Amino acid sequence: MPMIEIRDVSKWYGTFQVLTDCTTNVEKGEVIVVCGPSGSGKSTLIKTVNALEPFQKGDIFVDGIKVNDPKTNLPKLRARVGMVFQHFELFPHLTITQNLTLGQVKVLGRSPEEARTRGMKYLDRVGLISQKDKFPGQLSGGQQQRVAIARALSMDPICMLFDEPTSALDPEMINEVLDVMVGLAKEGMTMMVVTHEMGFANKVANRVIFMDRGTIVEDATKADFFGKPRSERAQQFLAKILHH
Amino acid sequence: MIAGFDFNVIERSLGYLFREGMTFTLTLTGLAALGGIIFGTLLAMMRLSSHKWLSLPATGYVNLMRSIPLLLVIFWFYFLVPYIGAWIVGSPTPIQVGAVASSVITFTMFEAAYYSEIMRAGIQSVPRGQVWAGYALGLNYWQTMGKVVLPQAFRNMIPILLTQTIILFQDTSLVYVLSITDFLGAASKIAQRDGRLVEMYLFAALVYFIISFTLSYVVKLLQQKIAIIR
Repeated sequence: MPMIEIRDVSKWYGTFQVLTDCTTNVEKGEVIVVCGPSGSGKSTLIKTVNALEPFQKGDIFVDGIKVNDPKTNLPKLRARVGMVFQHFELFPHLTITQNLTLGQVKVLGRSPEEARTRGMKYLDRVGLISQKDKFPGQLSGGQQQRVAIARALSMDPICMLFDEPTSALDPEMINEVLDVMVGLAKEGMTMMVVTHEMGFANKVANRVIFMDRGTIVEDATKADFFGKPRSERAQQFLAKILHH
Repeated sequence: MIAGFDFNVIERSLGYLFREGMTFTLTLTGLAALGGIIFGTLLAMMRLSSHKWLSLPATGYVNLMRSIPLLLVIFWFYFLVPYIGAWIVGSPTPIQVGAVASSVITFTMFEAAYYSEIMRAGIQSVPRGQVWAGYALGLNYWQTMGKVVLPQAFRNMIPILLTQTIILFQDTSLVYVLSITDFLGAASKIAQRDGRLVEMYLFAALVYFIISFTLSYVVKLLQQKIAIIR
């Protein structure tokens, strides 16, 4: 059974179709990179996986649980799926420690002490234990994104979704975030990553999905994708972003 | 000319003015502000709901309250609430709520409409990604609202909420039409008893001015202090 199964998913905003018959799987332990030009629907697709974006047609299963079933306990499902956003989305009115413990206490029912211990473990892992009493606004973008990853990890997720985690960062901060993600991938975390960082894809991805205008144009192994992409659109895209 | 005035009347009545009048004015302001903000926040959440059966009644209520003069609403509640109450509990005679209770209900319900517009703007000022982040952690709607969205909305809106409360503080003087002894009502009673209208109304205006002005100044200070670091 795949960890994430996306089956014929289509989505419309009114009459405008943003996703068309998207189908793919993410196996346990796999790292999938989703790329494509802006507006191609990659962010929308990844948000359908934990039902942040509703969709009108098709099915999505996470660990065998149907996401689009009205009877599914979405908060419970989402708590098991870690998500990292483009703009970090740490809670600005809470300290770093409170950001890390909120979900653990409110959703998983852990005691504040236990949540704190766990949170600090992951904060230490991303190298930011010294920042634990600060507010998000006092950290750099790269640091905030690492805290966001620690926040997601402290919920003990079965898989992680990354929605353009480095797109809002200054160039010199991108690597500190990618390093954390590479570490996670090497530990065997199941990851679905929307990114333009082809270096990251090359290093750890099992498969690369290329999207254009709401459809999955190419779903290939890393070697195939970088070696000989079949679609012309993917070739053009690669030529453009690998140019420099 | 000033010789004809007797400003001692103020000193003689200070105890009555503040112990009776101002106490009531502040109590009414406090209760109505608290109730208004709570109801207003719920109304704002209803208005922003995607369920039509929640958003439409809330929108209707807010528009109704904001289109009717406050004085009329005060009369309305005073004369209608006893009958509505009787109808709800099935009593044959109007339920006596009393002028004080009626004024608290009126101001709470009326101000809720204004506070709800402020809270609606406050909720909308919180980026959508914050809601996503709350949901993604597994928080449900009420937890996301209570722990993530509303604390930020309140913080963003505190200056405007306080400004609205200063307006409420001044508006509570309208309860004199229900013969309640608020601060202005007390001043008015003394003024008429002793024939010292000019002195008492001048003094009342001065007190309202000082309190409102000081609070506005506090709002300004707060504005600089509480801004969330982003």
